[in-house]
Amino acid sequence: MTSPDNLPEVPDAGVPPVPPAPPEQPIARRGMFGTNDSGDTSGYGGLVVRRAPQLSTPRPYGGYFDELVDILALDDAIERVVVDRGELTLHVKRERLVEVCQKLRDDPALRFELSLGVSGVHYPHLAGEELHAVIHLCSITHNRRVRVEASAPDADPHIPSTVGVYPGHDWHEREAYDFFGIIFDGHPALTRIMMPDDWDGHPQRKDYPLGGIPVEYRGATVPAPDERRSYS
Amino acid sequence: MSTSYDEATEGKVYSVNGADWDQVVSNVRDSDDERLVINMGPQHPSTHGVLRLVLTLDGETVTEARGVIGYLHTGIEKNMEYRTWTQGTTFVTRMDYLSPIFNEAAYCMSVEKLLGIEDRIPARAQAIRVMMMELNRISSHLVAMGTFGMELGATTPFLFGYRDRELVMDLFEYITGLRMNHAYVRPGGVSVDLPAGAVDKVGEFLKEMPKRIKDIRKLLDENPVYVRRTKDVGYLDLTGCMALGVTGPILRAAGLPWDLRKSQPYCGYETYDFEVATERGCDVFSRYLVRMREMEESLKIVEQALDRIAGPLKGDPVMIEDKKIGWPAQLALGPDGFGNSPDHIAHIMGSSMEALIHHFKLVTEGFRVPAGQAYAPIESPKGELGAHVVSDGGTRPYRVHFREPSFTNLQSFPAMAEGGQVADVIAAVASIDPVMGGVDR
Repeated sequence: MTSPDNLPEVPDAGVPPVPPAPPEQPIARRGMFGTNDSGDTSGYGGLVVRRAPQLSTPRPYGGYFDELVDILALDDAIERVVVDRGELTLHVKRERLVEVCQKLRDDPALRFELSLGVSGVHYPHLAGEELHAVIHLCSITHNRRVRVEASAPDADPHIPSTVGVYPGHDWHEREAYDFFGIIFDGHPALTRIMMPDDWDGHPQRKDYPLGGIPVEYRGATVPAPDERRSYS
Repeated sequence: MSTSYDEATEGKVYSVNGADWDQVVSNVRDSDDERLVINMGPQHPSTHGVLRLVLTLDGETVTEARGVIGYLHTGIEKNMEYRTWTQGTTFVTRMDYLSPIFNEAAYCMSVEKLLGIEDRIPARAQAIRVMMMELNRISSHLVAMGTFGMELGATTPFLFGYRDRELVMDLFEYITGLRMNHAYVRPGGVSVDLPAGAVDKVGEFLKEMPKRIKDIRKLLDENPVYVRRTKDVGYLDLTGCMALGVTGPILRAAGLPWDLRKSQPYCGYETYDFEVATERGCDVFSRYLVRMREMEESLKIVEQALDRIAGPLKGDPVMIEDKKIGWPAQLALGPDGFGNSPDHIAHIMGSSMEALIHHFKLVTEGFRVPAGQAYAPIESPKGELGAHVVSDGGTRPYRVHFREPSFTNLQSFPAMAEGGQVADVIAAVASIDPVMGGVDR
C-alpha cells in the first residue's frame, strides 16, 4: 500500500498571484542579422528585440536634477522626466513648451540663458508623437544642462515656436522645419533654410529615401547605401 | 508662406546685372529713392565659401542684412544614418573642414556616452586627442586670421597665416596620414598611435610656432589700418551673444570667460594648466585678440600633453581594451607609403579563424549601441560644438545632429552689421569665422 507521504507534494490552492505582465513594447527587430533571404544557421533567427519602454525615471533623479524639476514646478506640463546617461530630459507637452522655456530661462534659480538650438528627430514607430523637437539648454550661471523635448504627431506637425524666448532658435527652427516638416507656430519667417525653396518633402524624415545610385566596379555592383544589407 | 516678387518689393525696381554703366545711371537718375538691395555672394571671395548676403543699403549704410545659406548642404547627417557608427567619423570630419579633429572628438564622445564607456578610454588616447585638438585650434585660428586680413585688403597676414598653418598640416599628415578629413578620432580612442618621430616633430613645432605667432602680432596688433578697420566694428555685447546663442571667441570677446574646457571639462582638460582668454571690447578687434591669445594658450596645452604622451603614458594603448568596440587592426605606415597592419593580417589570415570572424563582424557589421540619446559638447575654435546622437540600439546611428557653432554664430551677423558701413559687413562676417562646410553640413 502506498502511503500518501511518498507522493510528491501537490501545491494546493494557495498559488501566489502572478504579477500583471508589463505591456508589450513594439518590436524593434527580429533575428540577428537582418537577413530574410537565406536560411538561418545562427540560431538567432527567432530573436525578438522589443523597443525600450517609454517610462518616466523614478525619483530621486540624482545630482541637481531633482532640485531643477522641483524649482520648475510645472509637473502638469511635463509628460515624462527621463534621466539617462547623466543627462536630464524633460518631455514637455507641446502646448506648454513656451511657458516651460520661459520659466527655465527667467527663474533666478534656473537661469538657462543659453540655448544650443533645436534638433529634430523622426520616430515613425511612436504613434501620435512621431516628430520630436529637441532643445538643449545650458545655464551659465549655475553651470547646468537640461534637454527639453516636445513632440507632435505626423498628422498635425505643429509645435509652438520658441524664438520669442530664445531668439537664436530662428535658424534652428527653420532647419527643423526644412528637414522634418515640423511647423513652428509663431516663427517670424518659417522658410526652408538648407534645401531650395521649391524642394518637395523633408529629407531627414525616416520615410524620405536616401537616394544614391549603385556603383559598378569590375563587373560587380555595389548597391546604393540605403539598399545595402542592414544589421539593425 | 512665400510672397511673390511684386508683393515683396515696393516702388520702382531696377534690376542691375552687369549692364552698361551709362545706361544704369540714366535709368536710376530720375529716382530719389536711395535704397539699394545688393547681393553679396554666394560666389564672393570675402564671404567665406558659398555664403550669400542680401544687403539693403541706404548710401553706404547697411539698413538690413540677411544671410542666405544652404549652398553647401551635403546631407551628411542623413548619410550617417546609413553607415556604421565607426564610419560616422569619416562623415563628421568633413563638416567643418577647418577643425576636423573637433568634429570627430565631439561625435566620438557622444557615441562613447551612449555606450557608457567614457571612463574606459585610455589616458594616452585622451592626451593624444587633447594634443590634436589644440593643434587643430591653432590651425583653425590661423586660417581665421589669415583670411580675415585678406578680406580687409592685406595679403601679408593671409600668407603668414597659411604658411604657419602648413606647419600644423604637416604634423597632421605625419600623424594621421592626411592633411584634412582625418577620421583619426574613433569611438573608443584614436585610430593609430603616434608614429615614430612624431613627438620630436611636435617638439620642433612648439619651438617654432611662438615666433610665428609673434610675427602675426607684430604685423597686426598695432597696425593703424587694421585697428581702424576692426575697433568698434561689428559690435555684439554679452546680452546679444546670450540671446542669439553665440559662443566661442565672440562670447569671450564680450567679456564672459565661458570656455567648456574650463567650465565643463572633458578629455581630462581639468588637469591641464591654461587660461581662458577674454576681452571686453565686444568688437572685431577683441575677437582677433582672443584668438591670438587662444593660440598661445593652446601651445601651452600641446606642450603639457606632449610631455605626458612622451613620458608617463608612453607605450600605453590608444584604443579601448574592449575587443567588441575597439578597432582590431593597428595600422602603421609601411615602406610603400600606405598604412597597413602586417601583424594583424598574419594573425587573422594565418592563425586564428575566430579572430578573422571577429574582425569581419566588427568591420562590416559594426558594434551595437544601446538605445537612447546623448549630447556631448566640446569647445571648438568657433564655439560650442555639440553632437546630439540618437541610437535605436542598432549598428547605425538613428539620428545625428551637430550643433554647429558656425551655424548659430552666423545668425548674429545682421546684429553686428546693420547700421554700419558696407565695408564693416566684411569685417563682421570674417570675425565670426564661419566655415560653410559646418554651417550647411
